[in-house]
Amino acid sequence: MQEKNRGLALFTLLVFLFLLGPLIIISFTSFEPSTVLRFPPQGFSWRWYENIFNVEMFMTTFKTSIFVSLLGNLLALVLGIPAAYALSRFQFKGKAALNAVFISPVLIPGIVMGFAMLKYVIVVYDLPIYAGLLVGHTVVMLPFIIRVVASSLSNFDFAVEEAALSLGASRMGTFFKVVLPNIRSGIIAAILIAFLESFNNVDISVFMTGPGVSTLPIQMLTYVENNFDPTIAAISVLLMILTAVFMFIIERLMGLSYFTKR
Amino acid sequence: MKKKGLYLLLLPGVLFLTLFMIIPIALTIGSTFFHEGSFTLEGYLTFLTDQYFLKILLTTLQVSIVTTIVCILLGFPAAYYISKLGPRKKGILLALAIFPLLTSSVVRSFSWMIILGKKGLLNSSLLSLGLLEKPLDILYTPTAMMIGLVHLFLPLIIITLVGVMENIDPDLIKAAESLGASKFTAFRQVIVPLSVPGLIIGSILVFVGSLTAYTTPALLGGKQRVISTFLYQNAITLNDWYMASVIATIMIVITFVVIFVMNKLATKLNPKG
Repeated sequence: MQEKNRGLALFTLLVFLFLLGPLIIISFTSFEPSTVLRFPPQGFSWRWYENIFNVEMFMTTFKTSIFVSLLGNLLALVLGIPAAYALSRFQFKGKAALNAVFISPVLIPGIVMGFAMLKYVIVVYDLPIYAGLLVGHTVVMLPFIIRVVASSLSNFDFAVEEAALSLGASRMGTFFKVVLPNIRSGIIAAILIAFLESFNNVDISVFMTGPGVSTLPIQMLTYVENNFDPTIAAISVLLMILTAVFMFIIERLMGLSYFTKR
Repeated sequence: MKKKGLYLLLLPGVLFLTLFMIIPIALTIGSTFFHEGSFTLEGYLTFLTDQYFLKILLTTLQVSIVTTIVCILLGFPAAYYISKLGPRKKGILLALAIFPLLTSSVVRSFSWMIILGKKGLLNSSLLSLGLLEKPLDILYTPTAMMIGLVHLFLPLIIITLVGVMENIDPDLIKAAESLGASKFTAFRQVIVPLSVPGLIIGSILVFVGSLTAYTTPALLGGKQRVISTFLYQNAITLNDWYMASVIATIMIVITFVVIFVMNKLATKLNPKG
């Protein structure tokens, strides 16, 4: 029987090699001194990391990505936290339907949503591309904010809130002084998860580009069409470091069990 | 709490989604029934009778089905192994599975371009080992798309299944074994049926994800179109917004039919009813 477990362990090892191998390989190729993306690299050089800063469009689109993800995040929090609170705290008619509405952005194919937004938000509503990009990213982030905040509210004992209310605190005051501080770590985790979703988004952003407006992932796609050099690998490494740091913080704040729940 | 207060909490979010998602989607679907000022089903008829369009739809479905099957075959045993580990090892392996999931799909597709390219790692290794005479053309084929999509969605099915398998009472397996079942029989008759709801949810995520993924097919598929890259091509390159709307609607319909059918199946197969 031990034999069988060893087989299963080997199988799992191979599965993880498949999952992580490509990411390790792309990391190594970022240090290649020549212009060819190859593994193993034929030397060691920081040249392509320097090149990221020499290509102006990478810096511009990086700033756009950061700005859109942060501002969209703020907007999604303002819209999402009250909704998550209402949905977790109260029983009311139409709750299931509203829940479905708030989760729906993850069910609709991203590329469809991007196209529909281009057609109506940009063209018919006549919003500037930048604003359209921001709105699109907010829609993408909203379900993540609501899901994570609702899951931390489900661990919160509303009796504490009742106690504050019965002692004469206002509803608003109770929310800001009692409820919000208690779910703080959940909110920070929600911000980080939503940020990654927005920062990595291609499906919406690919439709929302125009003169001077593009995001980093879209710029990376454009760059590869013309130059397939290790710059892309170097950016990939930086993005993976960002992901790892965020994941570490999320783990500290609320554990990774959020991801295993469906 | 007063009704009014409750609705005030929900209203901003609902309004925002209505304005920027629900109305745009509804109008996109609606617009497919009107072309040049009159009611028509022309777009759908074109789609369903054109060999080129049908081929794209068929490729998309094939790629998605194979991706889902491969993800299950690789993910199920791995998830089972992980679910039986102690908390520390389990935590590490779950973190290693979640990391690629949170990593940009652009990065993940690039990494496969390096591996699968004509002068890529795979070809150069196989050539130098003498296993090949000339390099394989994998990049820019449906096979490359499938590899990329399996890589994209395998973590999703693993973590979903681990979440479900963790909750299976280990005493059930002990009970089965004490009644004379072998480890494999216990696995087959206890773990597998109890994992089915999770398996179905995981499969929905992988199948719908593969059906609608854009980045991976765009980078690894080359000229080989799937429905999502075809939608983009119609909208941006060809500027045919009518046809793009028809494709968008077809994608929504397929997505919702798949989710609906699989959910029904999950309820039916759920041993708890």
